[in-house]
Amino acid sequence: MSKREEFKAAAAQRILIKDGPYGTEIQRAKLAPEDYAGDTGLEADQKGNNDLVNLTQPQVIRAICDSYIAAGAHILATNTFNANRISQADYSAEHLVHEINVSAAKIIREAVDEATAKDGVPRFVAGAMGPTNKTLSLSPDVEDPGFREVTFDEIVEVYVEQARGLIEGGADFILIETVFDTLNCKAAIMAVKQLERELDRDIPLMISLTLTDLSGRNLSGHTVEAFWHTVRHAKPLTMGLNCSFGAEQLRPHVQILSDIADTYLMAYPNAGLPNDLGEYDELPDTTAALTKVWADNGRINALGGCCGSTPDHIAAMARAVEGVAPRKLPETAPDMRLAGLEPFTIAA
Amino acid sequence: MSDLTTARFVNIGERTNVTGSARFKKLILSDDYETAVEVARDQVENGAQVIDVNMDEGLLDAEKAMTTFLKLIAAEPDIARVPVMIDSSKWDVIEAGLKCVSGKPIVNSISMKEGEEQFLEQARKCMDYGAAVVVMAFDETGQADTKDRKVEICSRAYDLLTGIGFPPEDIIFDPNIFAVATGIEEHDRYGLDFIEAVAEIKQRCPLVKTSGGLSNLSFSFRGNETVRRAMHSVFLYHAIPAGLDMAIVNAGQLDVYDQIDPQLREACEDVILMRRDDATERLIDLAESYKGKSAADEKAAEEWRGWDVKKRLEHALVKGIDAHVVADTEEARELVAAAGGRPIEVIEGPLMDGMNVVGDLFGSGKMFLPQVVKSARVMKKAVAHLIPFIEAEKEEGAKAKGVIIMATVKGDVHDIGKNIVGVVLQCNGYEVVDLGVMVPWSQILQAANENNADMIGLSGLITPSLDEMVTVAEEMQNAKMTMPLLIGGATTSKVHTALRIDPAYEGPVIHVLDASRAVGVASRLLSDTQRDEFVSDTAGEYVKVREAREGKSQSVLLSIDEARANFFDAYLSDKAAPPLKPGIHVFDDWSLADLRDYIDWTPFFRAWELHGTYPKILDDEVVGETAQQLKADADAMLDRIIANKWLTAKGVAGFWPCARDGDDVTIHGNGGEAHTVLPFLRQQVKKSRDRANMCLADFIDPAGDWIGGFAVGIHGIEEHSKRFLEDKDDYSDILLKALADRFAEAFAERLHQHVRTDLWGYAPQEQLTNEALIKEEYRGIRPAPGYPACPDHSLKPILFDLLDAPANAGLTLTENFAMYPTAAVSGFYFGHPEAEYFGVARIGRDQLEDYAARRGVDIATAERWLRPNLD
Repeated sequence: MSKREEFKAAAAQRILIKDGPYGTEIQRAKLAPEDYAGDTGLEADQKGNNDLVNLTQPQVIRAICDSYIAAGAHILATNTFNANRISQADYSAEHLVHEINVSAAKIIREAVDEATAKDGVPRFVAGAMGPTNKTLSLSPDVEDPGFREVTFDEIVEVYVEQARGLIEGGADFILIETVFDTLNCKAAIMAVKQLERELDRDIPLMISLTLTDLSGRNLSGHTVEAFWHTVRHAKPLTMGLNCSFGAEQLRPHVQILSDIADTYLMAYPNAGLPNDLGEYDELPDTTAALTKVWADNGRINALGGCCGSTPDHIAAMARAVEGVAPRKLPETAPDMRLAGLEPFTIAA
Repeated sequence: MSDLTTARFVNIGERTNVTGSARFKKLILSDDYETAVEVARDQVENGAQVIDVNMDEGLLDAEKAMTTFLKLIAAEPDIARVPVMIDSSKWDVIEAGLKCVSGKPIVNSISMKEGEEQFLEQARKCMDYGAAVVVMAFDETGQADTKDRKVEICSRAYDLLTGIGFPPEDIIFDPNIFAVATGIEEHDRYGLDFIEAVAEIKQRCPLVKTSGGLSNLSFSFRGNETVRRAMHSVFLYHAIPAGLDMAIVNAGQLDVYDQIDPQLREACEDVILMRRDDATERLIDLAESYKGKSAADEKAAEEWRGWDVKKRLEHALVKGIDAHVVADTEEARELVAAAGGRPIEVIEGPLMDGMNVVGDLFGSGKMFLPQVVKSARVMKKAVAHLIPFIEAEKEEGAKAKGVIIMATVKGDVHDIGKNIVGVVLQCNGYEVVDLGVMVPWSQILQAANENNADMIGLSGLITPSLDEMVTVAEEMQNAKMTMPLLIGGATTSKVHTALRIDPAYEGPVIHVLDASRAVGVASRLLSDTQRDEFVSDTAGEYVKVREAREGKSQSVLLSIDEARANFFDAYLSDKAAPPLKPGIHVFDDWSLADLRDYIDWTPFFRAWELHGTYPKILDDEVVGETAQQLKADADAMLDRIIANKWLTAKGVAGFWPCARDGDDVTIHGNGGEAHTVLPFLRQQVKKSRDRANMCLADFIDPAGDWIGGFAVGIHGIEEHSKRFLEDKDDYSDILLKALADRFAEAFAERLHQHVRTDLWGYAPQEQLTNEALIKEEYRGIRPAPGYPACPDHSLKPILFDLLDAPANAGLTLTENFAMYPTAAVSGFYFGHPEAEYFGVARIGRDQLEDYAARRGVDIATAERWLRPNLD
């Protein structure tokens, strides 16, 4: 059975649990600046380069992954949010991008395979690709709205490189996450399509949008429905939302997506909204209770955590939705579905 | 799903197209992108649903112009909200454009001009970028001119595209519109060829769309805008029913078909449809007379035309006469202006006075709904005339009494009732924000906030809409709203409102029985003195309803086993013989003239809140005159519908061998094919004497029998409805929709007759009058899912699958099982002579659980489906 089929079989059985974030967990390991750099010989300060840790301190990443597996996660993402040429340029580590991604995927692959060999529970490795810090839809210069810092082809190239490393290291899926710019996401889709042809294999996609305002639009201005119209051609294995805000604020948008997306829905919200100090203090049981409502309403197929979530949050969510039936996929009419910032449908 | 943004015919503007707009070309050539962006903004503000961008001009670096312009409009949210059509004959320009567009665009165009390989490579790229695509009917040997070539090329392209997995719903064929009336004989068929080709392509290539560039058509009449506009309108009038989905056209270059000078219209039709050999000469001759001339026709002034203007306006409003209202309004405005007044005073003065007369007459039962809606039409036209003057003065519009958000809830498409209530409220000075049909709760709440609304009114016709209304109420509660929520529509009731909706929302919830109550309810809710009392009285009533419900000694329910033991024991030896013509029968276009004779008029009058039986209602002392007038208007519209073929009646019927299996009817597929199970519900209320606990399955022989099914629908109202609404003519719009509903019912009746006498043929000799038909004095029944004998709407998808109703009758279902088009009927045929209609009524928990298991769904889903039959 292909990983795509295996995922569908597992998703038919239960609400799958996705892991939580790596950043805060790595901070907890209190690595020294030289621990980050390891023996890479990089001269620039690497403190905070969490993606490099895959290469220099793999045991730290492995331990975090194990803690999420222990919490009950079935979908384990790689620690590669910024493991792309554009973001690594800030650390002068562009030349290590391929290695970082290969290593990151290997760590999770091994952890997952070992756990599954023991208990037989199917688990999956999602090779995570963040949005980069450049945007294709907006000009950084208010005086010159037609200007772009980067081109579509450049972003495609950046993502091809990252995805190639992740797949080589053993990722089952590519997770395009925290999408704030829809055009960047389209470039990432294009990159994976190119890689599929290069490797002559199927690479299932997971796509996860992030909203920047409560009315339900991302930074490039697309509504949830318009975004779905825009990325449907990728036939993603999961479509969903992550980060944005807490589960409470994300609820109406999950509901909208749940009604229209004829694929599995994965959501991993933040643990509430940050407090005055910018910290997340929502307790695991609170997050779990809020997300359980989605599950009870049949809105969700996969559930995990983003900023502020810990293995305890993941464990609480896993307990809360244990035995709750997963969302059924809606059937949708074969209409022509176009989009600007807003959706436009021409009925079949 | 936001179906406000769902379209059936799309006009694609050509003002940001250098080949279509001289002005835009000049702006781009002179590098004035700032003004060029404003052209796009105007176009979207004026209602363009898609904007076409074309930079194919020899003097331009098209790739650079395309990307520059697309990036600039991406920065303008009020332009970027609509999808872009990237239009170029050069693939490099298209691909450069695709890299700049962030939504899902349309590529215009690709073709097989350079062979299959390049065509497919470009199509694959469109798939990778996530774009829909226009495919020109163009192949290695050239552009398709004849119908056969158009169809052949498009069919070939369709096979190739679907062969590589291109989604058919993302394909738009452009089978080339060429100039007609050029004087060259070979060109005469071009218009007709296009229209016929569109129809055939739509049939041969399921799910595709079709499009065309309209301006070519009238190329030989350059400089004669009247004739060009008429040709374009006539062409669309015939091409849209044939299946044309979109056209690139300057929306300002279209006339309303019915308003084109009949002589010119006929001449255009002769040319486009090639109805006579000398059509071209005749149009050219006639065209001469339109050069620079406007058709002004004056009609003899009737007596009231001699009255003073204030009186004339009142008369026009009360009588619903719109012929002179614009001129009269203008006269009133000039008078006011001469006296130093402001245009708003025309509204506040004579127009509101007139409407107050209408309101009083309606309130006192001296005027009826059809007339009020006609009055509203007159008022809207008058106000529309004044708005530019009011805006020019930048003064506030007449202050509305209140703002009311109205919507038909998600999953439901019925809007006649909602539109009527909307019109009545508008007539009475309320501002109505009508969100249309299939509106999700999020949009309703958002509109309420954005418009600072005073209340929300929800409408729905099918039973699942009741649940959706509860959802809206819950979400209003979640959002901590306090404004009143009004509930209306055929399926709603005071009891349901009290039991389910009222408890979900702490703000006032009011069930509005019919349109005539709407104004009273709204005015009390907005009155400082009456509001609190009204709200607490209503809430008190609902509490009483709930208490009564709780304390009520409800009718006793049998267990489902007991009910089954008391089944209806039909004489099975009397069952109908197998159908003479088994299988599926498709009727593409049943004659509307034939159906007209089968119309049951009583429900038509009920839709207009005129109660009584037809034809007696025409002589009714109170409403007789109104009913006669309404019937005359309906007959006149029927004449036009039939003569001009506005609507198409499509239907399908089928018969299948089956057997009763408990409360299920199992349909046996051919040979080893999977069986289809139709689960029915059984009455559980304890019966007096020896009456049976009925279930539809009881009419079927367990040892083998036949069952039938049908679905019929009336297609084509959208275009006309849109035209009426653009003309501010709600009256004609509602009339049309009500007639379409009647046609659907008449078709169901007529088809049932055809089934009994011919297709199934168990009553070949049946001779019944229309009255007898309406009274159902025939053998056999046709219960519909969602109605009392078969209350579960969710049987419709099963029925639709059996009939392949989407393909065979063009009918689709919403997620809550409402049929689209709205004017549609579907149901099952039972042929047993003892088969009769009954109501399932209340059922027990045991049957619910049993039914859920039989349907293979969880209890919660079954509960949602059967809510109206549960406690």
